[in-house]
Amino acid sequence: MSTFTEEYSVPIKSAADIVVARQKGRALAVQLGFNGSGPTMIAAAISEVARNIVNHAKQGEIVLSGILDGGRLGIQVIARDEGPGIANIEQAMQYGFSSNKGMGVGLPGAKWLMDEFDIQSQVGQGTRVSMRKWVS
Amino acid sequence: MHVPILKQGGYLIATIQSVLSDADLLQLRDDLAGRVGEFRSRGVIIDVTVLDVIDSFATRTLRGVAHMLKLRGADTVIVGIQPDVAFAMVQLGLTLEGVGTALDLEEGLAFLSAKAKRGGLVAWTGGAAAPPSSPKAPQDNVNKRGRGRR
Repeated sequence: MSTFTEEYSVPIKSAADIVVARQKGRALAVQLGFNGSGPTMIAAAISEVARNIVNHAKQGEIVLSGILDGGRLGIQVIARDEGPGIANIEQAMQYGFSSNKGMGVGLPGAKWLMDEFDIQSQVGQGTRVSMRKWVS
Repeated sequence: MHVPILKQGGYLIATIQSVLSDADLLQLRDDLAGRVGEFRSRGVIIDVTVLDVIDSFATRTLRGVAHMLKLRGADTVIVGIQPDVAFAMVQLGLTLEGVGTALDLEEGLAFLSAKAKRGGLVAWTGGAAAPPSSPKAPQDNVNKRGRGRR
């Protein structure tokens, strides 16, 4: 698998940056050939992981890139922060579980919207969510 | 981006004009809560046609707005959720339970009218438009409507 577009980094420092990140993600998705509800699903997933950064880590970044695997074309979204980290990832991925004011929909919801989802986190060091979706 | 709120008879119509930040959504909530009292509205339509994404925060806020306005005596209808946006909401497991939804503005107005009829409420569409904002306004309103809502 290789990254074939440049990586677009969107710094996430406030709630307003969430909108920027999902708009950039949608634009890249369209450019990569996603159609129908694809770009909206990608934008929604970006919205959720970006909000996670704002709510828990205060700041971080979303890195978007086009990826190529065999003949498949896709989009990769990486959300990373150096926030407090997640002690119990299993719990965080449970639908309806929220450690603060949210609905507990964000992370599990983003996973459903994308084809691949990976989360790594270390308490005190930060969190990295990596998601991919393939152009069908 | 500020969301304009128009008064249409006994109803308020808030048409979202561009993609909204979290702060804009919260501002809309506060504006609507105030206007419902100011114009003594029985129904509110929020047109979200332009929204590219309705994520968990937007869903929670819209639900919150509707419940808050209900407590202020007004029904809320969300109109214009686009097909792709609806699909993504379903994937995210987001629902607008307890909130009215309709296809578009026209259907939204019909929804509110039907609800007003069913509930025995008569939407106040008096030609006098907005109640005057003079200090004696509350007293006038009590006389006209038989009860105060502010």
